[in-house]
Amino acid sequence: MNRTPALRIADLVKRYRTGEEALKGVSLAVAPGEIVGVIGPSGAGKSTLIRCINRLVEPTSGRVFLGDLELTALSGRALRRARRRIGMIFQEFALVERLTVMENVLSGRLGYVSFWQSFTRRFPPADIERAFALLERVGLIEHADKRADALSGGQRQRVGIARALAQEPDLLLIDEPTAALDPKTARQIMRLICEICRERRLPAIINIHDVVLAQQFVERIVGLRAGTIVFDGPIEALDDAALTRIYGEEDWTTVRQRAAAGRAWALDAERLEGFAE
Amino acid sequence: MPLARPGDRRSWRHRTPRARLLLWFGWLALVALTVFAWEVMNRDTIWAFVADAPRQAADIGARMVPPRWSYLNELVWPLWETITIATLGTLLAVLLAVPIAFCAARTTTPSFVLIRPLALLVIVGSRSINSLIWGLLLVVVVGPGILAGILAIALRSIGFIGKLLYEAIEEIDLAPVEAVTATGASRLQILDYAIVPQVLPTLVGISVFRWDINIRESTVLGLVGAGGIGLKLEASLNMLAWPQVTTILIVILATVLVSEWVSARIRHAII
Amino acid sequence: MTADGRRSWRRPPLIADRRLRWLIYGGGLIYLVLALATLEVNWLRAWEGLGRGWAFVQSFLRPDFASRGPDILNGIIESLTMTVTATVAGMLVSVPIGIGAARNLVARPIYLLCRGIVALARALPEVIVAIFFVAMFGFGPFAGFLTLTFNTIGFVAKLLAEAIENVEHAQVEAIRATGASWAQLLNYAIQPQVMPRLIGLGLYRLDINFRESAVIGIVGAGGIGATLETALDRYEYDTAAAILLVIVGIVTLAESVSSHLRRWVQ
Repeated sequence: MNRTPALRIADLVKRYRTGEEALKGVSLAVAPGEIVGVIGPSGAGKSTLIRCINRLVEPTSGRVFLGDLELTALSGRALRRARRRIGMIFQEFALVERLTVMENVLSGRLGYVSFWQSFTRRFPPADIERAFALLERVGLIEHADKRADALSGGQRQRVGIARALAQEPDLLLIDEPTAALDPKTARQIMRLICEICRERRLPAIINIHDVVLAQQFVERIVGLRAGTIVFDGPIEALDDAALTRIYGEEDWTTVRQRAAAGRAWALDAERLEGFAE
Repeated sequence: MPLARPGDRRSWRHRTPRARLLLWFGWLALVALTVFAWEVMNRDTIWAFVADAPRQAADIGARMVPPRWSYLNELVWPLWETITIATLGTLLAVLLAVPIAFCAARTTTPSFVLIRPLALLVIVGSRSINSLIWGLLLVVVVGPGILAGILAIALRSIGFIGKLLYEAIEEIDLAPVEAVTATGASRLQILDYAIVPQVLPTLVGISVFRWDINIRESTVLGLVGAGGIGLKLEASLNMLAWPQVTTILIVILATVLVSEWVSARIRHAII
Repeated sequence: MTADGRRSWRRPPLIADRRLRWLIYGGGLIYLVLALATLEVNWLRAWEGLGRGWAFVQSFLRPDFASRGPDILNGIIESLTMTVTATVAGMLVSVPIGIGAARNLVARPIYLLCRGIVALARALPEVIVAIFFVAMFGFGPFAGFLTLTFNTIGFVAKLLAEAIENVEHAQVEAIRATGASWAQLLNYAIQPQVMPRLIGLGLYRLDINFRESAVIGIVGAGGIGATLETALDRYEYDTAAAILLVIVGIVTLAESVSSHLRRWVQ
């Protein structure tokens, strides 16, 4: 098996112009096919971390490698070529609302086609075919020509997933994919994302604030607090002590019990609904 | 249709053929209309004059510098007049526009049959005629001078303030109105306690905004004899005293910029 | 509490600081007195004017479209053609300048240049711009066309730039993350978000340009304004009333059509 990690982050620091230090030397390696859940309180630097990887946010120092390629050394066209290898899924979906579902999915191909092709919406047939296949995979084929703002939250996130996959990425960056969704839809979306990642052996970093949801779907957890990694290990190692290190003092036993009760109820509701269909 | 399947591969078109045809037709119509309008407009254009324009521009430009700074002394009083026209005109307009707006707003109008259409008519009439044209008319009626200017500014501003205000009144939160009505308040009391507090900041904002526009408009009212610094501009242009024109333009620009700044500051303070 | 043990209440004043309050009220009052003193009204002249004013109001009841019919028609056609051509030309120039004047899209020097053009186009009252274009290009609608185009640029480019600066950042970020180029970003993330606004601005400007075209004729830049001034100079109130009615009619029509279209676009 290939020994090079799919993604390697070395000593990443991000200081914003306001002086706020969002990342204070973060190092992390993601193996091929590995799904990493990043948890931590809001403001811990989760968003900044994944945006520093595809350089939507410019890191202050440190290095990021995608396979053997050093992302932090790129600029201009080379950076855009690297970006198309990294798919990104967003918190509030970030679809271009006035474009159709199909155009949104095809926008995942922008890094591969000329401006003229994208301007006239004449994408190569293979791209079109792939887009249709992805829409089938996420279950939205009949919505292809609807405008994105006509869809429900869960459907929009499915379009977001299809757009990211249209890039044929080597890595997925996923920023709070379920924050804007109801609990049941959140679970469905997480399941879909993780299934697809496993099908394609696609490594992924998922920022997620819902610990319980993370525990259900992810095998490895990274805990971020105030810009520093305070926990990195398999899901089983995430005990109360670790959670306290990440989130601070809290009665974790009760939180978990309550969450477990909630989960049982949600699963039940899901089952009932599945039965009704 | 977008979801056609020619052979094995699925094809996708951004627009249906019909939509594409309509789009092209729309663009074609726009181009045709523009070309036609251009042709009609330029029937009597003397292209020799147009070709001569760069030379003319250079000529005027050369005559305009340096500005005649000593002329500034003579501009102080006209400038005061200009500001007075704008300010008093705006005040008068606010006084007249407030009752008209309340008559025009669906939520507060006393009568839908007679008063609301009348109020809307006043607003439309006032809005569609520029203050310079009002000035032209009023100079004939009340004679040249700043009274004509003030009235011109006021007549033009009634429509502007009235329209924005009545739209604001129609968009207020109805829950407080309901609550105050439920206390047994009279119509005027409802106005005072539930409606006015909601629209007052808007009214101040609109008035200050209009005042800023009015400063700009009152600088040119003098061109038709309605007082202010525009009179000096007209006189200087007629005498071809270009250095004076430059001085006046600088003063106008400075006034406009300052009034814009003041109005932005006040509106910022309200919000 | 007051001496008799009952509590009293007064509405708190709008401006809390007592000195600032008196300064503003006092200053306002003094200004008002001074401004009113500036008003040297010749009451005799105004009294005479009332008669003329009444005559003018009456002429609205019997507007005379016929005796200067060809002049009115000519003026309206000039105004309309100026409006159409200037709006189209102005929009064409406004789009690149508006993009350049959006802080989030272009490099600093281009931004400053485009902002400068916009500021220049907005600073001068349109009548003054018209005076200069007439002086350069001669009398007639061509100078008017240039004036309206110039003002359209200041208006549309500024508002377009603001619309671009206020687009939803998440959508831009998402398209950027796919590896899109600058032009693709513009086409996929910005254009869908600002297009309705741009079309709305164009329609709105069409409406404004017609109004303006009625004014700049006064300084010789063609259009219905020139016809109106001639009528007033000749004291032909009936004709002037007819012209004003035509202006109000077209403006009202244009406004309602443009507002309907804008609502339909959104």
